[in-house]
Amino acid sequence: MTYLTRIPISLDALVADVASPACGGTCVFLGTVRNGPDEHGVTAIEYSAYEEMVEAELGRLLADARGRWPEARIAVRHRLGTIPVGEASIAIAAAAPHRAQAFEACRYVIEGVKQRIPVWKKERRVDGTEVWVDPSGRPTVRPSDHPSHV
Amino acid sequence: MDTATPARVRVLFFARYAELVGRTEAAVSLPLPATVGDVVRRVREDLPGAQALPERPLAAVNLKQAKLEARVRDGDEVALLPPIAGG
Repeated sequence: MTYLTRIPISLDALVADVASPACGGTCVFLGTVRNGPDEHGVTAIEYSAYEEMVEAELGRLLADARGRWPEARIAVRHRLGTIPVGEASIAIAAAAPHRAQAFEACRYVIEGVKQRIPVWKKERRVDGTEVWVDPSGRPTVRPSDHPSHV
Repeated sequence: MDTATPARVRVLFFARYAELVGRTEAAVSLPLPATVGDVVRRVREDLPGAQALPERPLAAVNLKQAKLEARVRDGDEVALLPPIAGG
């Protein structure tokens, strides 16, 4: 199983992966590259990963989720490489007999990804600078790391 | 007399850590018994640029997150992970 891709994520394919006549609710989460008022002219984010561990850890995360919601069907894709603003970096689809389990399982997986999956992002900005992003969503800038734009 | 058995460990660097040390991997030899923390100390002492790594980084051994107190064995793959920022 590979959860990683370097091309745009196909939502149709992801939803098809979890489709089942027994499932009456499907919850889809998309995480997209943002350039909001707190970002500073982000044009794209470059995603990198410890790819072997992502595969192993996502397998463990999905096994945990299936243990909690045995009837749920869950699929995940994480995109790597340079992703422009507005495009999805991650997509999760969770289908279950009823909507409550679908929402809960989907939420569980994205929160687990944020805590456990070794992926890193570097913002590319309109002024040409590049900044590693820390887990709180704020760029980590230390003058010693970025002497060119102190 | 030193009877400690040396172990060879493959150390991987990612993202900002790889930029700081200017490489993505290194081979480290150290006497056993040894911990992940011992590997980190050895890397910080021996590799140019590695002093900029934190003393207590997030780490994984053989694709699973591991505490710095965890033992390492010969042939292990030890990864030093910057704060995770996926999704």
